[in-house]
Amino acid sequence: MHSELMRVYDLTKSFGNREVLKKINMSINEGEIFALMGPSGVGKTTLFRILNLLEKPSEGKLFFRGIELTVCTMREKINARRSMSMLFQTPCVLNTTVFNNVAYGLVIRKVDKNAIREKVMNALSIVGLEGKEQQKARTLSGGEAQRMAFARAIVYDPDILLLDEPTSSLDPANVAMIEELIKRIRRELGTTIIIATHNIYQVKRIADRVGILLNGELIEVNSIGRIFEAPEDARTKAFINGEMIY
Amino acid sequence: MSSVDFLFQGIIRAFELIFSLNPYILSITGVSIKVSGTATILGTLTAIPLACAITFLNFRGRQVLITLINTGMGLPSVFVGLFIFLMIVPAGPFGFLKLYYTQEAMILAQYILITPVICGISLAAIKAVPQPVIDTVYTLGGSRKDAVIAMLREARFGLITSVLAGLGRALAEVGAILIVGGNIAYTGSIGGIGEGLSYTRSLTTAITLETSKGEISTSIALGIILISLVLSVNILANFFQRRE
Repeated sequence: MHSELMRVYDLTKSFGNREVLKKINMSINEGEIFALMGPSGVGKTTLFRILNLLEKPSEGKLFFRGIELTVCTMREKINARRSMSMLFQTPCVLNTTVFNNVAYGLVIRKVDKNAIREKVMNALSIVGLEGKEQQKARTLSGGEAQRMAFARAIVYDPDILLLDEPTSSLDPANVAMIEELIKRIRRELGTTIIIATHNIYQVKRIADRVGILLNGELIEVNSIGRIFEAPEDARTKAFINGEMIY
Repeated sequence: MSSVDFLFQGIIRAFELIFSLNPYILSITGVSIKVSGTATILGTLTAIPLACAITFLNFRGRQVLITLINTGMGLPSVFVGLFIFLMIVPAGPFGFLKLYYTQEAMILAQYILITPVICGISLAAIKAVPQPVIDTVYTLGGSRKDAVIAMLREARFGLITSVLAGLGRALAEVGAILIVGGNIAYTGSIGGIGEGLSYTRSLTTAITLETSKGEISTSIALGIILISLVLSVNILANFFQRRE
């Protein structure tokens, strides 16, 4: 039985009069791969930004390891964020070398230089970018840049990894490589992973549980088997069968 | 003598003055570099932190400040000179500081002129840093300070360009420093050229004076040095813009 790592209570987010997320309730267990599935524009990225404390919810509560992050101090917020890592849909590349990009999270944690070197080289080897450490990061291809961002996200062993549609702009070879990395990181490091995607097949390949987000509403959370074989909500069934038009 | 011969001889004499390291010319160049360099350093120390504050802090009057900076980028230099002159003359509110006709007054005038230029261009350079860079820093566990440092690092070439633009404007400026500096050189002739060593005489103010006196070769020599300095600054700025 896994222990609960993160919990969201009645979380709502509005931009002006537009309610993007509506009373979201969910919990994330330690060591699982949880997929947040839904079509584009339903609020997946907004929810991820709230989970990573980049945005404040309009209402509701967010707990991480039992600490309520919606009312914590800046120091507590930074500490919580340092246990997480987030990968964006489009990889953000700092204008420096691949090595410095990957080392960034360790440098701000004031990790010893020798340890930084060792961890960065290890992370680069995991993502298949060994030998490219001195290359300007901006000269990497899209797939390489996403893998570099992946290395940067895992180099400091976060407890929870938030992946916001990490493969949506990649070719099949890079998609397969990233999916393999996700499974390997969970298997070897026990990292909890939350992945946002609209790719049903990807969810089937890598996730343990899945939540369906439609129009800002989390309509169903269930195991992979239940969601795909016996969905409880008619909208889930329609979405999975490709009968919904957006 | 034709006008072409006159100009040609002036240029030859100008090069003689430059390569003989004429003390009058050197002292004027020294004053220009000192005044403009100091104003640029002070302007940079004010403008870049201000640009960071405007970007990161949401304070009351932020928009007004941005408008003032944008307006300041086009401030007429003679107006700035007149304003400072009225402040520092013996009868003015800051007359007790005795800054009237000093290099410090020239530095102050150039500081007021170039700080908005450096700030405005820095602000544009910082705003050009994509928001995901800041988000990535936070996501990786960085504090606001880390985000500011990362942002400055990403905008570094734009920031260098802003400083060079400020230096370029300071070196080429004439109106304000003429009013507050007085275009003073110590009396006494050196090598039959000029009036001794410069005190508040810069390259630009000296050119206006020497031309009005008919000392064309001296003016051309000063002009060549001025253009060389401004050109060097612009070549550097272009170099950093290309790198960006």
